[in-house]
Amino acid sequence: MTTTSTPKSTGRATAFSERTNPVRGEVLLEVEGLQRHFPVTQGIVFQRQTGAVKAVDGIDFQLIAGETLGLVGESGCGKSTTGRLVTRLDEPTGGKITFQGADITHLNRRQMRPFRRDVQIIFQDPFSSLNPRQTVGTIIAAPFDIQGIKSEGGTRKAVQDLMARVGLNPEHYNRYPHEFSGGQRQRIGIARALALRPKLIVCDEPVSALDVSIQAQVVNLLDDLQDEFDLTYLFVAHDLSVVRHISDRVAVMYLGKIVEIAARDELYNHSRHPYTHALLSAVPEPDPDAVKRRERIRLTGDVPSPLNPPTGCRFRTRCWKAQDVCAEQEPPLVQIGAPGHLAACHFPEERDVV
Amino acid sequence: MTLGATEASPPDGGLPSEHIAETAEAKQIEGRSLGQIAWARLKKDKVALISATLILLIIAIAVLAPLIVKISGFPPDQPNFKDSNGNDLLDTQLGGIPAGGLFGSGMSSEHWLGVEPQNGRDVFARLVYGARASLLVALGGTVVAVVLGTVVGMVAGYFRGWVDALLSRVMDILLSFPTLLFILALTPVIADRAQSTFGIPDNNTLRMGVLIFVLGFFGWAYLARIVRGQTLSIREREFIDAARSLGAGPGYVIFRQILPNLIPTLLVYATLIIPTYITAEAALSFLGVGVKEPTASWGRMISDASNWYEGNPLYLFFPGAMLFITVLAFNLLGDSVRDALDPRAGRS
Repeated sequence: MTTTSTPKSTGRATAFSERTNPVRGEVLLEVEGLQRHFPVTQGIVFQRQTGAVKAVDGIDFQLIAGETLGLVGESGCGKSTTGRLVTRLDEPTGGKITFQGADITHLNRRQMRPFRRDVQIIFQDPFSSLNPRQTVGTIIAAPFDIQGIKSEGGTRKAVQDLMARVGLNPEHYNRYPHEFSGGQRQRIGIARALALRPKLIVCDEPVSALDVSIQAQVVNLLDDLQDEFDLTYLFVAHDLSVVRHISDRVAVMYLGKIVEIAARDELYNHSRHPYTHALLSAVPEPDPDAVKRRERIRLTGDVPSPLNPPTGCRFRTRCWKAQDVCAEQEPPLVQIGAPGHLAACHFPEERDVV
Repeated sequence: MTLGATEASPPDGGLPSEHIAETAEAKQIEGRSLGQIAWARLKKDKVALISATLILLIIAIAVLAPLIVKISGFPPDQPNFKDSNGNDLLDTQLGGIPAGGLFGSGMSSEHWLGVEPQNGRDVFARLVYGARASLLVALGGTVVAVVLGTVVGMVAGYFRGWVDALLSRVMDILLSFPTLLFILALTPVIADRAQSTFGIPDNNTLRMGVLIFVLGFFGWAYLARIVRGQTLSIREREFIDAARSLGAGPGYVIFRQILPNLIPTLLVYATLIIPTYITAEAALSFLGVGVKEPTASWGRMISDASNWYEGNPLYLFFPGAMLFITVLAFNLLGDSVRDALDPRAGRS
C-alpha cells in the first residue's frame, strides 16, 4: 500500500516540510466544553434573541493520532454540528478546540488556512458535495488550486494518482459528476479530502446516503486509506454496525451532550448508559433466533427540544430508570468500569442488549 | 456485521503512475458537461435554429452595414431628390411624399425599399444602419444589467445579514421606480451634464452610451433578486462547504463555485431581456430621448413614419417589421434556451 504514497509525498515535500507529522498515540485533537448555540431571533428590523437551539452543549473528547472515533446518536443530537465545528466550518459559541497543541477555536479564515491542509471533511450527500458544473479533474484539483500548491509532475498527474488510489478510473478525469454513481461520487469526495494529505478527516455520515452493498466498499476504502496515510478519523454516523466496523472508540451523543464514550468492544459489550442500551437494542439482528432472545428497548416520546432541554440529565424524560435526582443534578461524564470508559448517568449498569 | 463482503479498491494501491500517464495520453475520455448536453438538445430544436439564424443574420447586417450600403449604393444620411434618370423622387405638390412606387413608397430598382418623405434618404440604408443602434443599445444594456445584477445578487445571497438587507432594499427601491418616466427625464439630463461638465459632445455615441447605462441601471434589480434567491440555495449545498473547508475565500466561492451554477439562469434571462431592450430603445427613440438625427434607428424611423402613414404606409411597415422579427426571434430563442437547459420546466 505504501508504493504509491512514497513518490507522492516526496513530490510535494517542499510544500509540506513545515508540517510536523503526529506520532501515533499522541493527542491530535482535543475538544473541551465545545458549544454551538444557534440563536433564535424575533422581529424583522429590530431583532432580539428569544432563545437558542443548543445543538452542541458542552462536549469534551480527545482524538488520538491514528485512531477512529465513532460519533453516534439519533438525528438532531448535534453529531454533524460537532464535525462541522471541528473542521471550523461553523463557529463555536463556547469551549475550546486544540489541534496539535494549537488553539484553533476562533481563528479567522486566513489564520485557519494552514490548518485546512491538516483537517478535511467528507460529506454525507455525494450528490450535493460535488459541483455539478465542474469536471472530476477540476473538483479533485481544487485543494491544490485553493492552497496554491504545485505538485511535481503537475496537478493533473497528482489528481489522476488520487483517482486511481480511491478506485476510480483516472481516464475519467474529464467527466462530470452526473456521469457517476453515488458510490463513485463519494470516492471523488474522498479523493478531494485526501489530496492535501490531511492528518484528520471528519467523515460526516459518509456512507448513509449509499446503497448497503456500496457502503461496505466505501468503508473498506476508508479503512485502507487510514493505514496507508496514517489518518485519524472522526466518523460521524447513525448506523451502529458501520461504526462498529470502523471505529476504535465510540462516543454516543444525546441532545448536544456526550452520554457515553468507550473503546469499541467495551461500548458494544459492556455499555452502561441507558440511552446506549436503547440504541444498541435497535440494531437489526440478522439471526431470527437471536432476535427472539433479545430484549428490545423501545423509547417512548420524542427527543425534547434542544431549545429548552430538560434540567439535570437530558435523557431523563425518556428514561425508564429516572429518579428525582436525575431532574435535579446533571450527571457528570465519569469513568465507569474499564479505563477510558466514561458514562454520564446517575444509575449506570451493565446490561446485555446485543 | 456484514461489511467486508466486497472489496473494490484496487489491489496494491492503484496502477503504477507511468501507466496512468500513458493511457491518459493515448485515450482521452471526454465527459459531456451539462452545457454540452443542453447544446445538443438546442441543436435539435427547429424553432431555436430558425430564431438563431435570424438573429445571426440581423447581427451580420448590423456589423456589415457599411458594406451592404456600398452595394445598395446610397449612404443612409444622403438626401436624394432625383433618380439617375433625373426624375423627381419626391412629389413636392403633396408635401414631399415619394413619387410613385408601391403605395407611394418610392420603391424602385435604385431605392429598394423606397425613400423617406421630404428628405429622400434611402429607407433600405437607414434600416440597415438602424439595426446597429438597436442591437448595440440592447446588447450593451443587457451586459450592464446582467453584470450588475449577477454581482450584486451573488454578494447579497452569499454574505446575507446586513449586506443582504442593504442590497435588497436598494433592489426594492429600484424596482418601485417608475422606470420609463425616469429614463425619459434622466436621459437628456445625463447627456447635457456629460457635455457641460466633461466636455463630451452630445453626439450619438454619447446618446447610445447614456441609453445603455440607463437601461442597464434600471434593469439589474430584477435579475439581482433572482440571482440572490438562487445563491441562497446554492450556498447551502455541500460543495460550497467543501471549498470552504479547503480554505477558499468568498471570492473563490462566489466566482468559481456559485457563478458556474448560475449560467443557465443568466443565459435565459439575457436572451429574454434583449428583446425588451430592443423595444425600449425603439420606444425611447420614438419619444425623442434616444438616438438623435441624423443617425438611423428603427424607433426613430417608426416615429417619423407615423406622420406619413396615410400617404406612405410602407415607410412605417419596414422598421416595424424588422423590430417585430428581431424581438420575436430573441424571445423564441430565449424560450428554447430555457427548455434546453431545464427540460422539466415549461412546455414539453
